[in-house]
Formats: sequence, C-alpha cells, structure tokens
Amino acid sequence: MPKQQPDVRSKNFQEVALGYTEELAVAEANRCIQCPKKPCVSGCPVGVDIPEFIDLIAKGDFLGAARKIKEKNSLPAMCGRVCPQETQCEAVCTLGKRGEPVAIGALERFCADYERMHGDPLSDAQRSDGSSGRVAVVGSGPAGLTCASELAKLGYKVVLFESLHDTGGVLRYGIPEFRLPKAIVDEEVEYIKSQGVEIRLNVLVGATVTVDELFQEGFDAIFLGTGAGLPYFLGIPGENLNGVYSANEFLTRVNLMKAYRFPDYDTPVWVGKRVAVVGGGNVAMDSARTALRLGAEKVTVVYRRSRAEMPARLEEIENAEEEGIEFYLLANPVRILSDDKGWVKGMECVRMELGEEDSSGRRRPVPVPGSEFILDVDTVISAVGTDPNPLLVRTIPGLDLGRRGNVIIDEETGMTNIPGVFAGGDIVTGSATVIAAMGAGKAAAHGIDKYISARNGRGM
Amino acid sequence: MYRILKKEMLAPKIKLIQVYAPEICTHARPGQFVILRMHEKGERIPLTIADSDRDTGLLTLVFQEVGKSTTELGMLSEGDSILDIVGPLGTARDIEKLDCVVCVAGGVGVAPMYPEAKAYHLLGTRVISLIGAQTKDMLIFKDRMEKVSDEVYYSTDDGSFGHKGFVTEILCKLLEDGLRPDEVIAIGPLPMMRAAARVTERFGVKTVVSLNAIMVDGTGMCGSCRVTVDGEVKFSCVEGPAFDGHKVDFDELIARQNRFLAEEKLALERYLAGVGGCKCHQK
Repeated sequence: MPKQQPDVRSKNFQEVALGYTEELAVAEANRCIQCPKKPCVSGCPVGVDIPEFIDLIAKGDFLGAARKIKEKNSLPAMCGRVCPQETQCEAVCTLGKRGEPVAIGALERFCADYERMHGDPLSDAQRSDGSSGRVAVVGSGPAGLTCASELAKLGYKVVLFESLHDTGGVLRYGIPEFRLPKAIVDEEVEYIKSQGVEIRLNVLVGATVTVDELFQEGFDAIFLGTGAGLPYFLGIPGENLNGVYSANEFLTRVNLMKAYRFPDYDTPVWVGKRVAVVGGGNVAMDSARTALRLGAEKVTVVYRRSRAEMPARLEEIENAEEEGIEFYLLANPVRILSDDKGWVKGMECVRMELGEEDSSGRRRPVPVPGSEFILDVDTVISAVGTDPNPLLVRTIPGLDLGRRGNVIIDEETGMTNIPGVFAGGDIVTGSATVIAAMGAGKAAAHGIDKYISARNGRGM
Repeated sequence: MYRILKKEMLAPKIKLIQVYAPEICTHARPGQFVILRMHEKGERIPLTIADSDRDTGLLTLVFQEVGKSTTELGMLSEGDSILDIVGPLGTARDIEKLDCVVCVAGGVGVAPMYPEAKAYHLLGTRVISLIGAQTKDMLIFKDRMEKVSDEVYYSTDDGSFGHKGFVTEILCKLLEDGLRPDEVIAIGPLPMMRAAARVTERFGVKTVVSLNAIMVDGTGMCGSCRVTVDGEVKFSCVEGPAFDGHKVDFDELIARQNRFLAEEKLALERYLAGVGGCKCHQK
C-alpha cells in the first residue's frame, strides 16, 4: 500500500498509509482464489465474510463490499487500519502458504474509505425501535461501541456512557492520528448514533451514577467495557522525575487533548531532544513515533528482549525504523538519573540476554551482570503495559475479579457473577487488541439478548 | 453544556461560579473534585468542589486565575456556558464525628475546605479554623467558614488582617499551648501544606492534606498526578486527593508542579496579548 515518505511523514501527524486506489484494490482482490475452505473467515474474531466482500471489490461493487463487511463488523475503517491481520485472517490465507497472503486488511480499509467518500455510510444503519429492552453500555472504546451497535441491531434501546469528553476510548486517546485519523473514529461513532444509540459523555459510571441506580432507572442489563487504562510504571528509582511520562499520559495529551497543536489547543506536552521509550508493543511504537513528530532529535526504543519477541505489529516496527527511530534491544532500564532541578538527565540500563522460556513461551530476559550503561536522554516514556481500570469495578460490591483486577465472566454469555451485569474487552482480558475487544463486545451483546429474552419470557 | 448561573468575585483573581449539575451534586461528598473543559480546545481543569446542593442541584466551584485556562474561565459571565464537567472524582473523605479538628486553609484552599469543615460541624465536631491569605483582600469564604467553625483565626502575609505571618505559625502556637485535635486538615499551596505537616509531626497529630497535582483525565489513566506517599507511588486523582500529610513527598510534588511552567507561561502571554489583558474593569 502506498505510504507517505518517511522523511515527510516523520514531521506531520497525517496518516502514514495512504490506502489503495481503485485499480490497486481491484488488482489485489483479483489475487484471491476464492478457495472453498475460507480459512480467513475463521481467522477473523468477528467472522467477516471475507471472500464475499473481496469478490464484490473484484467486480467493482465497492459500496456493496462495504455493506457486506458491515453485516459482521460495524467498524471496518478502524479494523482495516489497526487489526493485526498478520496474525488473524491473513495468517491463515491459503495464498500465504506459498507467497504473500491477500492484503485483507488493506482491502477492508479501502471499502470503508470508499464508502465514506462516495457513498452514504449511514444509509444502511437500521434505527433501533428500542422495543427489545434497555441496556446501558459503559465505556465507548471498541468493546462498548461494538456491543452498543450489535444491541441496536437486535432492537434494544442503548445508552452508551463515556467518562471522557469524547468517544472512542483507546481509539481516541491512545492510537495516534497518523495511524488512525480521528475523523474515522467520528464517522464510526456517527454510524452507531444513527442506529439509535444514545451517547452520554462525561459520565463516570460508579461516580456520576452508580450501577444500582442504572438498574433502578430501568436498564435491563449493563455491559462493562471500561478497558485496561491503568498504566504500569517501571518501578525503578527516578520514575517520578520531570520528563518521565506514562505512554498513556503522553499519548492522551497528544491525541485526545491535541497537544501537538499547542498553543492553539490549551493542553501542553513537553518533549525533549533525546527520548527513550521503554517497551516493545504497539503503544511503544506509537509513543516513539509521536515523540519524533513533536520534534525530538533522537528517539530510542529500549526493549528487554530481541526484535523477534517484540509484541508490536511488524508493520509498525518497520514504520518506526524507516522513520529513524533507533532500537536498543536486549536492554532494560535500571534507574533514571536526575539533574539538580528534578528533570531527567539520563537513564541507566543494563544489557540483557535471553534465558529459559517463561510461562508465555518466550525466552526470559536476564540481566548481564556488570553491563550497566547510561543512555543520554532527557525524556523517558514508559510503555510497559496497562492493567484493567479498577475505577468502576471496585464500586460494584460482590463483583468477581481476577488476580490482576480483571472482571471474570462466563465465556459463553459474557455475564459476570452478578445477574444482568456483563463485561468484555480489556477489562476482562487485560490489554489486548481492538478486534478482540470488538469480538467480546459482540459476543456479550448476544449474551445480553439471550438473558433479557429469557427474563421477559420471550424464550429462545 | 453547563450554563453559569451565578458568578461572584471573591477576591482579586479568585472567582466563584455556580452551575446546575444535579447528577454530580447527588453523589458528591467532601474532598471530591470535578474536571471541567471550557470549550473544544480547552484543557481539562480539575477543581475541588466548594459546595454541592443535592436539593437544588447547584454545584459551586471556586478558582484562582493562575494560567491561561483559569484566566479564561474567569472571563466567563453569568449566562455563558462550560462545555464539559465530569465528576465527582477522587476518593471522598471519610468524615465521622470527632472531638476536635483543626482546619488549616490557605488562599483559594479555603473553598475546598468549606465542605469538610461543614461536614464535621454538622456531626457536632468542634471545628477550629485557621485561615491564611496574602492580604485582607485575598481572604475568601470568611462568613461561610465562621458559620461552620467554633473558633476562627486569621493570618495575612502583610498583617492587614489577623496574625501577621503564616497560618502555620498559629497552628504551631495552638499545639504548643496544648491543643491536641484528633485531626488537622490542611488545604492550600503545597509549601503551606508541607509546613503544616512538619508542625503537626512534631506533636504527633494526624494530618490530612489535599493535593492539587497536575492531571489530565482524572480517572487514573495517565498517572500525571502521581505522588509518592510513604514510599509508594499513588495517583492523586483516584487514591487522593487527600493523603496523610506526614507521608507525602512534598519536595517531589513541588518539583512536578513545574513540569509545564514554560508552556503555561507562553499560553498565558499569548492569551493576554490576544484579549488585550484583563477586562474586569469593563464589567
């Protein structure tokens, strides 16, 4: 897929990948051999009819292809951009056995973008009459948006509650504009609104209104999709120095609050000349590339294992490399050094080597004694993961939680131990992918439908 | 949208606004705060709740004009609107009847002190309030605090009202004279809270401080407001804003408050140049 040139894009916040032209899309679609076993469909967490939409592209019916995707996936413009297709649909593509798999993600994105520019993406939205019941969905990230959309399709009146001043959850505050333009998040949210979903911003469920009060107000069920928003820190000396951010703070300032447009926008962000980003996931790549775009001269990703173990998508690692991000692999921070005014003036790291496999099946990194060295940086961004956000769940007495504060659900129905309270996405699994959260939101919507139907004697 | 129903100038640069926010008022308890955002390009500004009325749904906020955002907020008039308000945020103070509490409040910190003093007063706790300001003009909430306090002492930096000097000097004197309250609550500038905690530590008196760390989301997602308490990192937006004053690492927090000083200065200068400075005189 065509991209902005690295030396150009590293100085702007516009989308890196430019998308297919019609000709490129048709050519790519024609590579699909329409194999009868359709392994790609089972590789998709929400079961999109992949060969069918690709066939429609090949025939030039781009709007039809978009509608086909939306039968199963209400957020195609987003999924086409941020799904890890290389480990899902594309990983099992028959063509991939001998060569390049069909670029399913790029084609999905093409359809959604084409519809946005040439069609009326809202035209096929069925407005729910709300006759099936009332459901409160808490959190407007990928799990909540999908759950709300699915419930609206099933005839429910859905109210979607969001604690921030804007929708989208991690799609808004976490993923940068250059990877997922916010206009696309807006568009997908409009679609869900046109299905009759009511969105209430600035409501922190558990504080502004409690779960009990929601039930008293007449909601038949509640879905918790509050995500994994609690950042870990490194747990090393110096992590509270000025110039140390959690990736969440850094990215929220830039993405949600648009600090990259300071002082036109009021929220500031400070980034120094030499930045270290600690971690090897997509959030680390996003942070590093954002720091570069904010004017950092040198950005180094510090990761304790090797490149092969990095959890980030390969595409994002390559994008970062092309843009000039440096990687210090097999290294781990030990402490952050302070100048005399409480600002970062360096980060001491230790070299690592890979030892035995750990429980995750990856070789455990172990420090090499005496190999400490100092990285000359003035900014440190910690992107070492997040935990489920405890803010709402701890206000619900008796809710079963796992060891890391994750909500425990019945795998099949998505229901927690409290009748009528469902959950899905990162609040259940811990930090995972957008599409996994969407899959969970969708599954829970059907669990909720069964629960309410049974309770109302509509039976199944 | 939240329309400003009432606006009052409490002191130079200290203003009070009231908005209708029934859901927040129903759930707000002493010690909690809200975050507001004035407009599409605005910052998220945390403000401790100065009063909340469950019956009328009126939420009272008091702020001091310091940077660009609070200055701009101060320019709003009755009838103008604030785009977003979310809350109540933070952990509420667990207030139960005690024999005696001392409320040490400085500057704009008197406003968030008021709901706590009021709650203690309503429970029948003896409330001794020590209120400090730079000058007599800068004293706020005087009548309100007097109504919920058994005794009130004042201090000003210039001696224009009450004791000349720091409010913590009155605290020290009272403790030296043998006063042993169950609890001291200190809300105000960080150096004042640090000084109060140092005084009470000498006498072994439990001390609660309310921290005004820099926040973004205010719901525990970003860690901007992290503070070291008893050697552990806490998020003041969620686990606070109230903490044991003897365990807070004030020096670290004071340094952290300077993180965006240069940007704040730039934003304020740019704003003032654009609006032509303070327009108070035009009102």
